[in-house]
Amino acid sequence: MLKKFDKKDEESGGGSNPFQHLEKSAVLQEARVFNETPINPRKCAHILTKILYLINQGEHLGTTEATEAFFAMTKLFQSNDPTLRRMCYLTIKEMSCIAEDVIIVTSSLTKDMTGKEDNYRGPAVRALCQITDSTMLQAIERYMKQAIVDKVPSVSSSALVSSLHLLKCSFDVVKRWVNEAQEAASSDNIMVQYHALGLLYHVRKNDRLAVNKMISKVTRHGLKSPFAYCMMIRVASKQLEEEDGSRDSPLFDFIESCLRNKHEMVVYEAASAIVNLPGCSAKELAPAVSVLQLFCSSPKAALRYAAVRTLNKVAMKHPSAVTACNLDLENLVTDSNRSIATLAITTLLKTGSESSIDRLMKQISSFMSEISDEFKVVVVQAISALCQKYPRKHAVLMNFLFTMLREEGGFEYKRAIVDCIISIIEENSESKETGLSHLCEFIEDCEFTVLATRILHLLGQEGPKTTNPSKYIRFIYNRVVLEHEEVRAGAVSALAKFGAQNEEMLPSILVLLKRCVMDDDNEVRDRATFYLNVLEQKQKALNAGYILNGLTVSIPGLERALQQYTLEPSEKPFDLKSVPLATAPMAEQRTESTPITAVKQPEKVAATRQEIFQEQLAAVPEFRGLGPLFKSSPEPVALTESETEYVIRCTKHTFTNHMVFQFDCTNTLNDQTLENVTVQMEPTEAYEVLCYVPARSLPYNQPGTCYTLVALPKEDPTAVACTFSCMMKFTVKDCDPTTGETDDEGYEDEYVLEDLEVTVADHIQKVMKLNFEAAWDEVGDEFEKEETFTLSTIKTLEEAVGNIVKFLGMHPCERSDKVPDNKNTHTLLLAGVFRGGHDILVRSRLLLLDTVTMQVTARSLEELPVDIILASVG
Amino acid sequence: MQRPEAWPRPHPGEGAAAAQAGGPAPPARAGEPSGLRLQEPSLYTIKAVFILDNDGRRLLAKYYDDTFPSMKEQMVFEKNVFNKTSRTESEIAFFGGMTIVYKNSIDLFLYVVGSSYENELMLMSVLTCLFESLNHMLRKNVEKRWLLENMDGAFLVLDEIVDGGVILESDPQQVIQKVNFRADDGGLTEQSVAQVLQSAKEQIKWSLLK
Repeated sequence: MLKKFDKKDEESGGGSNPFQHLEKSAVLQEARVFNETPINPRKCAHILTKILYLINQGEHLGTTEATEAFFAMTKLFQSNDPTLRRMCYLTIKEMSCIAEDVIIVTSSLTKDMTGKEDNYRGPAVRALCQITDSTMLQAIERYMKQAIVDKVPSVSSSALVSSLHLLKCSFDVVKRWVNEAQEAASSDNIMVQYHALGLLYHVRKNDRLAVNKMISKVTRHGLKSPFAYCMMIRVASKQLEEEDGSRDSPLFDFIESCLRNKHEMVVYEAASAIVNLPGCSAKELAPAVSVLQLFCSSPKAALRYAAVRTLNKVAMKHPSAVTACNLDLENLVTDSNRSIATLAITTLLKTGSESSIDRLMKQISSFMSEISDEFKVVVVQAISALCQKYPRKHAVLMNFLFTMLREEGGFEYKRAIVDCIISIIEENSESKETGLSHLCEFIEDCEFTVLATRILHLLGQEGPKTTNPSKYIRFIYNRVVLEHEEVRAGAVSALAKFGAQNEEMLPSILVLLKRCVMDDDNEVRDRATFYLNVLEQKQKALNAGYILNGLTVSIPGLERALQQYTLEPSEKPFDLKSVPLATAPMAEQRTESTPITAVKQPEKVAATRQEIFQEQLAAVPEFRGLGPLFKSSPEPVALTESETEYVIRCTKHTFTNHMVFQFDCTNTLNDQTLENVTVQMEPTEAYEVLCYVPARSLPYNQPGTCYTLVALPKEDPTAVACTFSCMMKFTVKDCDPTTGETDDEGYEDEYVLEDLEVTVADHIQKVMKLNFEAAWDEVGDEFEKEETFTLSTIKTLEEAVGNIVKFLGMHPCERSDKVPDNKNTHTLLLAGVFRGGHDILVRSRLLLLDTVTMQVTARSLEELPVDIILASVG
Repeated sequence: MQRPEAWPRPHPGEGAAAAQAGGPAPPARAGEPSGLRLQEPSLYTIKAVFILDNDGRRLLAKYYDDTFPSMKEQMVFEKNVFNKTSRTESEIAFFGGMTIVYKNSIDLFLYVVGSSYENELMLMSVLTCLFESLNHMLRKNVEKRWLLENMDGAFLVLDEIVDGGVILESDPQQVIQKVNFRADDGGLTEQSVAQVLQSAKEQIKWSLLK
């Protein structure tokens, strides 16, 4: 019989789908049959199926036609055919948001939900809740409460799930049903229990106490439903996360106890919850890892996948915890499910030894084309982590990356590869040339503008320093000829950088730039004209200042300053030094194997933080005329222990000739109000305290701010480092902790604070110089000074570099803060801007014999900063 | 990570590009979800369930949240998923930041989609329940022809398993019982005969109910 059908299929081709050529209008026409009596249930059910099928295929029903069909359908409630009735419920649900006046079926549904036919009741509840809005809900509230505690599981489940859906729009009504839900939660039926607990949690989730009670009840009595267990594990882990509390909490015990549940689903949920807890120690992870290890050899692909995916997560933070599973993971490398195999390999790459890399890479490249982009990114991230761990393996890994770069792939994937290659180039000078030439090849045929401009920028920076820079010019100039404007502009900038650093190539670069001057696009033309003119001057200082190292001011700051300047025209030319500096970009943050969330953010926050301070300070009349804010210390310094009566934190603001100390004070005594709070400061050096700006009133637990303004020493300007002894002075007024009423009478009191240090770093803003050498030449040796020191307490170069960077508060350039292994000499390059706006550059040569010897050379356009630097180091 | 120079005047459109190029990659949604399980504990487990034929055409599909708000996006998604999964003999995949469990039966592909944080075994229990229920309903012939013959049953089965993204039932026995699918052998005989028989049956039932 079946055979016969097959044959017929072949003859009629695609005709095997009875729904294939449905016409919406024809089907709606057919729906008129609904009005006939007696009703032909089979035929009508079939028509409803057709309508549902059409909606399912994305056919759009107009409101009128839907309403018409809907009303015709209501007649079908006269029939008692179960399938037909069920199809009616489905149609009601599907049409509830298309047709009008769907509430007309309310009474029929209410009748069914309270009727005798159990198979109708559950679906009727669900259909009814679908068409009910918050105003009508009250009318059926009584039925819903009954349905929730109904002894028929399907009715109870349906009512609970529908209530959950209704929570979104009618929270207040549904909230009243918790008692019923509570009763349902102790049901014997596993689904009812699951749905009841889910509903209870959704209602109570803002009440921590109630949620904790729920969990402890579950811990005591246990649950029947594995689904409910999973739900409660999630609830418990969320509570734990919010408490970010200790691991000896009963919540953690509950999750851990679920590792011994008889359902795999629950065990896995518990293991994954433990793995995802922040700051979990290796010891706490161990039981979770061992159940995951068991799952690795499960015959179920989903379980293997789940296990290896979770292990992969563990391996990111605690590779050693996963090492025990290496053997099991090895077996998964050849898994027929490519997702599992990929995850196994990337996990092994994180946990395995250096020797296994070649083999694993070969294995993974055999099926790279079969896995999805997402997993490819995972692979790239694993490789990038490897490069950091085993720098010697970069040749193998690079080759692999280049092969991947040549293959098809989406933006995220390609960007991950490029990021990874760039970081390898930066880490390994040997791989630079191969890396650059492969990237050149990549931009020859790159559809992603962002990546192309990024690579061009890198070429401009690194290319001129290679042995044969001219070979890159062809690739770059090709971009000018072939690409659209954004890439062309990037290419022009890159060309200019070659010209600025290489005199032999300059004539040819000038020729190329001249061609770009005729470009269609404004930006490309502007850049080309500008660079051409700068380069034709043939002055190193100009090249350094305008081509190799860009502006260091903050762009929004510049915009504001310029606007201010145009508003108040003056004879004086605009002074770029009055513009606040851009906060130096956070020290090289590399995309590590764990994607860092919103890495861009800290930089922005820092920039706006200084702006906020600037506005706050500008609002204080005493601080008028101090000029622009030069620098605010990045982290407030605590001047008290954390749990004392008063909590005082100080932020230092540096101006051209003054400093403002901002004290953020909090009074933690609820029976006192402080008034007229100032911080008296006693400097050790020639600093002069000009005035105090008090915080008028400091009630309990409301932070307040007071300021102290000091002038920098004029006579001995090199004495910038200074220690201030601080004392808080205030008037105490007792107050009633409960009512907050204060006494009128107060008395004077003092409170000694810890000393406050002002260091050289407070006077210097970090600045990034992309090309240190050019900047060095630009500044020139007019005010160069050099001195040699011995750092007797420091035993390693890394330590020396770290200390110098921290002490001077300058930005390490050209990755010179990374000390290569096994070397005993190193040169650290630092750049900054001294208060007042002069660049200061420091080159520090370090030599490690038993102790570290340091030769410091400082350059600036003024003498003072150089003196200060050397004086402070000595 | 160096910033591309911001000067001269940023090129229109390059601002965004530069911002991207300068900073390290923003958190890749792909691969491993960054950070922790930040989502609320919830009963809303299932994002979508769909059944495709062996050309990747949709036979039945239900989407339970607005990850794919328009029909067009849904179709694109289904096509991509189909292309990724139809050739391999596995049952689970990670795609577009979602976990997808699937099963192939003759010329049908059954898919259940959940978020990447979701417990894979929960998704699997839904898929198994869907398959077993259909298997029972279609008398072990889970293939396109029989599914289409019993489309109404398929709609009802799915409705009993997932309601608005919440797992309503995971036991196929219960599902079959609730759907109470009529025991006709519709397509197994010649169509016309079946219809005659069926209408006769219906009439008998009809008279009994009255």
